[in-house]
Amino acid sequence: MSDLVNITIDGKEVKAERGMTILQVAMREGIEIPMLCYHKELEPYGGCRLCTVEIESRGRKSYVVSCLYPVEEGLVVRTRTPEVDKIRRLIVELLLARAPEAQELLKLKEEYGAKGDRFDKEPIFCVLCGLCVRYCSEVKKKYAISFVESGVRREVRFIPEIAKKECPTCKECFPLCPTSYLQALYLLTQAFCSLSPSQEIKG
Amino acid sequence: MQRINSYEEFVQIKSMIESQKDSKARIISICGGAGCLSKDGSNLVSLFRETIEKSGLSERVEVKLTGCHGICSFGPSVIIYPEEICYLKVKGDDVKEIVDETIVKERIVERLLYEDGSCGKVAYLKDIPFYKKQTRYILGFNTKIDPTSIEDYIAHGGYSALAKALFKMSPEKVLEEVKKANLRGRGGGGFPAGQKWETTRNAKSDIKYVIVNGHEGEPGAYMDRAILGGNPHIVLEGLIIGAYAIGASQGFIYLRHDAPNLKKNIETAIDKAKKYGFLGKNIMGSGFDFDVEVHLDIGIFVSGESSALMRSIEGRIPEPRPKYIRTSISGIFEKPSNLNNVETWANVPLIIERGAEWYSKIGTERSKGTKLISLSGKIKNAGVIEVPFGVSLREIVYEIGGGLRDGKELKAVHFGSAMGGSIPREMIDTPLDFDECAKLGAPIGAGGLLVLDETDDILGLVSYFLDFLSTESCGKCVPCREGIRQIRKLLSKIKEGIGTKEDVEKIKEICEVQRKASLCALGRSASSPIETAFKYFWNEFESRLTKEK
Repeated sequence: MSDLVNITIDGKEVKAERGMTILQVAMREGIEIPMLCYHKELEPYGGCRLCTVEIESRGRKSYVVSCLYPVEEGLVVRTRTPEVDKIRRLIVELLLARAPEAQELLKLKEEYGAKGDRFDKEPIFCVLCGLCVRYCSEVKKKYAISFVESGVRREVRFIPEIAKKECPTCKECFPLCPTSYLQALYLLTQAFCSLSPSQEIKG
Repeated sequence: MQRINSYEEFVQIKSMIESQKDSKARIISICGGAGCLSKDGSNLVSLFRETIEKSGLSERVEVKLTGCHGICSFGPSVIIYPEEICYLKVKGDDVKEIVDETIVKERIVERLLYEDGSCGKVAYLKDIPFYKKQTRYILGFNTKIDPTSIEDYIAHGGYSALAKALFKMSPEKVLEEVKKANLRGRGGGGFPAGQKWETTRNAKSDIKYVIVNGHEGEPGAYMDRAILGGNPHIVLEGLIIGAYAIGASQGFIYLRHDAPNLKKNIETAIDKAKKYGFLGKNIMGSGFDFDVEVHLDIGIFVSGESSALMRSIEGRIPEPRPKYIRTSISGIFEKPSNLNNVETWANVPLIIERGAEWYSKIGTERSKGTKLISLSGKIKNAGVIEVPFGVSLREIVYEIGGGLRDGKELKAVHFGSAMGGSIPREMIDTPLDFDECAKLGAPIGAGGLLVLDETDDILGLVSYFLDFLSTESCGKCVPCREGIRQIRKLLSKIKEGIGTKEDVEKIKEICEVQRKASLCALGRSASSPIETAFKYFWNEFESRLTKEK
């Protein structure tokens, strides 16, 4: 079996290595696909669903997330169709109700013609992309920050006992955050759980 | 208890157990289902035992706490064998009379019998309308055996299918039989089990897993609990046969953390199966090795989703992962893992024992065998039933279920719980069939049937399911998490009479995106109840929309 497969992405026929995801091929080809939860150092997560694309495989049309879908011979991918745009627009609108001022969302709002006020606001200023949580566990292996609760109650929280020890000298997750939530949360945790700066020196 | 080392030894031990069983002339079978236990059922067991002992009848009367008898509305239920006399709503005070009259004098205690206007008093289980219309191939064991006694199961034909599979059939032949029987998954999807088995069987790997999904968590569903509580061995036997066909040497049984009794029950069953040599190394001397472990969830409904369940068994957070590679090829620890629901596994011994040809005569063209249904809501005879596919929903609701309570009119039947839908009473003649029911928007799902009467509010029901999903989902993907949040807000507005047509359009748009872009099956079908409600009960929404603009 050849390690290269032929796929068509936005009308262009390209070769891709077996095992690559649609998103990786799109990035290589300079095709822009929006995403909030993707990071090249992390395992694909498939949580934000913004990178949803339309595919045709064995004669069947479906919608898949490009960050996870592996390419296969003869795959046809369309990264911008009215249907795809509709999905992305609604996702942006749903997220704007939670993080109304997030810069990345405001950019996507323009691009997809989303409205910022279609849904009732319930801001927590976090889009729950999980970049911080996953970076801390997958790359740093410290588990200082975690998701808590399930379903609509899901939130991100520092684990004070671990954060106290690990975070003052690390903070590598801060720049990954697409909103300003993480730093604010850190300050709050610091204030309430005395992650005192003196710890920083001792490391 | 002696380890079995060959087919011949199995046959010997089976006939030995059968002959021992014959000496006990009478059995008092007391329902140990959750409903009956909560109504004094557990007390009944000790009362019966004491009374029997005092009367000097211990030699010829056996008192058994069994699994769920199914007739929950009339519990606690006590059945006297061999006649199969059925006493209902039995209380502690009735025990002495039952022993004196029925056991000693062989007379029936009339006042404890089933009674309704159409048939008067009925003494025997087989004549009670609730049971008469059922076909209890799986549930039938429940009234007869003590779930902690493997000998009871063996005496009723248990493990014969396993012996047949291991000694008289090749793994290929077992697989072929299950495929020919067209066994479809009972957990919700209705996917052909044989096809799934074959995928795992053909996947290249030295290690393969088989799993029982016993994570029954949706409101109004208690079919799996009835099987696992009443006869865990039937599931275990099915699993071992499946493992043999697939080539798996390790199995898992996944349960809810809040079912410690079931866990204990199953672990007892596993323990006893090991002692007889039905599990472990060199099963019954056949050369086949297989072992099984019980795992518990960490507490939310989505844990039962196949990929979440497998992550949970790995020791990770039970969050679904997108299944672009099927778990039957890459599941637990990336190994091929075949997952089937409790009821699906329980069908396997039946298929092997009696053959695919026999099995495929039961049911409709595309839905074979029987289905367990849990009846709840405004129905007279709430409980668990087993019927062949193809019976109409009318037969289920009116003949088995006894119709509606308090003389009310039927409004709708809801199938599939939080991921299903309600269909109006005009569709009551629909046959029970995976595809027919799904086409109408009320997919059978795992088999929870909720009956609504004229006073029930569809919007209330839809809200209830959304509330359930709002915390029982994981919250990982945006369409499901934020979609459910916003649909609930919009629906509240409509319920309060301040919703607009535009709000309805917003809900529809969210539903469409949830269906197309959510990560797992929960998110993709979270919109089912509300979409089906729009289709059949639109007037109830419309009448509540605000007239103002």
